[in-house]
Amino acid sequence: MTTQAKEATRNRFGEVLSALGGENPNVVFVGGDLNKSVMSVDFSKKYPERFFDLGAAEQNMMSVAAGLASAGKIPFVSTFAVFATSRAYDQIRVGISQPALNVKIVTTHAGIVTGEDGISAQAIEDVALMTALPSFTVIVPADAVETEAAVRAAADALGPFYIRLSRPATPIILPPDYQFTAGKAAQLREGGDATIIACGIMTAAALEAAEMLAAEGIEVRVLNMATIHPIDEEAVAAAAAETGAIVTAEEHQLRGGLGSAAAAAVALSTPVPMEFVALNGYAESGKPDELLVKYNLTSADVADAARRAVSRKR
Amino acid sequence: MRQDDHSAPAAANAADPRPSTPSQAIAELEAVARVLRRHIVEMTYQAQSGHPGGSLSAIDMVAALYFGELRHRPDDPAWPDRDRFILSKGHCCPALYAALAQSGYFPVEELRTFRKLNSRIQGHASVKTPGVEMSSGSLGQGLSFGVGTSLALRLDGIDARIFVMLGDGELDEGQVWEAAMAAKHYGLGNIVALIDRNGIQNDRATKDVLDLEPIEEKWRAFGWRTEVIDGHSMPEIVAALDRAVAHDGPAAIVADTVKGKGISFMEGNPDFHGKAPNAEQYEQAMKELAG
Repeated sequence: MTTQAKEATRNRFGEVLSALGGENPNVVFVGGDLNKSVMSVDFSKKYPERFFDLGAAEQNMMSVAAGLASAGKIPFVSTFAVFATSRAYDQIRVGISQPALNVKIVTTHAGIVTGEDGISAQAIEDVALMTALPSFTVIVPADAVETEAAVRAAADALGPFYIRLSRPATPIILPPDYQFTAGKAAQLREGGDATIIACGIMTAAALEAAEMLAAEGIEVRVLNMATIHPIDEEAVAAAAAETGAIVTAEEHQLRGGLGSAAAAAVALSTPVPMEFVALNGYAESGKPDELLVKYNLTSADVADAARRAVSRKR
Repeated sequence: MRQDDHSAPAAANAADPRPSTPSQAIAELEAVARVLRRHIVEMTYQAQSGHPGGSLSAIDMVAALYFGELRHRPDDPAWPDRDRFILSKGHCCPALYAALAQSGYFPVEELRTFRKLNSRIQGHASVKTPGVEMSSGSLGQGLSFGVGTSLALRLDGIDARIFVMLGDGELDEGQVWEAAMAAKHYGLGNIVALIDRNGIQNDRATKDVLDLEPIEEKWRAFGWRTEVIDGHSMPEIVAALDRAVAHDGPAAIVADTVKGKGISFMEGNPDFHGKAPNAEQYEQAMKELAG
C-alpha cells in the first residue's frame, strides 16, 4: 500500500457548501446547534442571512427546511446522522419525502467510526431508514472527492437527497477528476473471480482486500456503489453474471443497507453466492480503528468474505 | 396595497389595510361560511369517512381568510407573492378543500371524490391538490413549515403573509413549541398562528387528555402577540386578523370554537371528530344549513 492522503468527508462538505453559497443565492443552510461539527461555520460567516440555526430541535429544523424548499430555496440540512434521521423521521417522511421537496439532508458522524461517543451517536440504521423513503436519493460517498461531487450533484438535481458522511479523516482513494453520477456504480478495479460492492469508508477496505486477494491469485472486481437508492441494478446484474460471486461491504447494519439492496438486485437478475460484510447490531465506545477491527469491518474481513464467496461458486 | 393582484372574482378581497369592515362584507363572509359548511357535510357524507367536527369548528376562520384576508390567485396556485394558508391540523382538510373549490382552484363537483380512489382530494391534505401548500396528516409540523416559508419569503423580499391553522389538541405536539421559539428568535413579522380551540381532541376533551390551559398565556410566554376571540364571530375574526398582520412579530389568535359548529347534533360531540354523517344525519344537517 502506498501512503494515502486523508481528509474527513464532513470537512470537504463544509468547503463545497461555502462554494455553493457563492454560486447560487438560493442555497441556504439549516442546522441544529452542531455547526462546528458539520463544518458549516464558514458558510455562516460568508452568508449569515442564509444560515439558519434552529437549535437542538431537530423536528422543527426538518420542517423548517421543508418550508424553505417549498418557497424555492435549496436548503442543505446538516446535523449528526442519528439526529437528522431517527429523531426527525416523521418530519422527513410526511414533510419532505411525500411531497418530494427539494431538501438536501447531509449528515455527519455516521457509523461506528463516530467512535468514543458510543452507540447513541453511532448511526447504523440511517441508510435503512432513508432508503425506505421512496423519493429520496441516498448516497454514501467513499471519500472527500466523492463527497464534493455528490454534494454538487444534489444541489443541481431537483428532489430530496440524503448524503451520509463520517467524522474521522479517511483515505482519499478517488482521483481529482473522478466523475460521479447519482445512481451509477463506479468500477475501480477489474477482476473475474468475484465482485466486491462497497460504499463509504468500506470502499477503501475493498481496494485493499482486492490487493490481498490478487496476491493469492484471486482477481476481484471492485464496484464503488455510492448511491444505495436507487441502486445501480445494471451494474449489480452485470457483476453477478460476469464474476459469479458477490461480496458487499458497508459500515452500517446489513438489514436495509447496501447488502440488502444488492441482494434484491442479484435475486432479480442472476442469483449467485453472496457474502456480506456489515454490522449485525450495536457496537460500543472506542477508537474508530479499534471498533472496525472488533466489529469485523477491515480489509481482512472483506478478503475473507470474498474467499468464502468464491469457494461457494459452482 | 396590492389590490390589483386580485384576479379571481371568486376570491375577491377587501383592500388591505381596511380601516373598518362594512357589515355587508361580514354578511358575505358569513354566507360563504354556510356554503363551505355544506361542502364539508357533503364531502364527509359522500366519503363516509373523514373529520367533520374540527372542519366545522375552523371553517369561519378559513372563510374569512380565503374570501377576505388572503392575497391569492386561484388560477395561479404557484404565484410566488401569494399569502400562504397552511393547514397544520391536516385531518380537517374538508374545510380547506371546501374553501379551495369555492375559490376556484378546482371544480366544486370534484369535492365528491374526497377520499376516493384516483382523486386529487386526499384523506389528509396533500400537495396533489391545487392550492394545498403543505402535505399534512401528522400533527405538529405546520408552524415549522410556516417558519421556513417565512424565512424564504423574507430573503426574497416578498411581503406575503403566512397563516397557520392549528388545533388545540395538536398543541400536545412538542414541535409546535419548537416552532414558536424559532419564530420569535428570528423575529418573523409575517406569520400568524390560528389556534382552533374547540376543546375536543380524538378521544375526549382536551382538558381531560392533556390539559394545556391557559393556552394564551403559553403563547405570550413564547413571545407571540396573542389575543383570544370567538372563532365563530365573523367581525371578531376579521378584526383579529387585521391586528395580527399589522403586528411587527409573530401573532397568535386563540379562537374559542365549537366542534361541529352549525349542525345541532354535531356541536360539542366528540363522536364527530372522525366520523361521517349517515343518510339521516346528512339530510338533517343539510336542512339546518339551508338558506
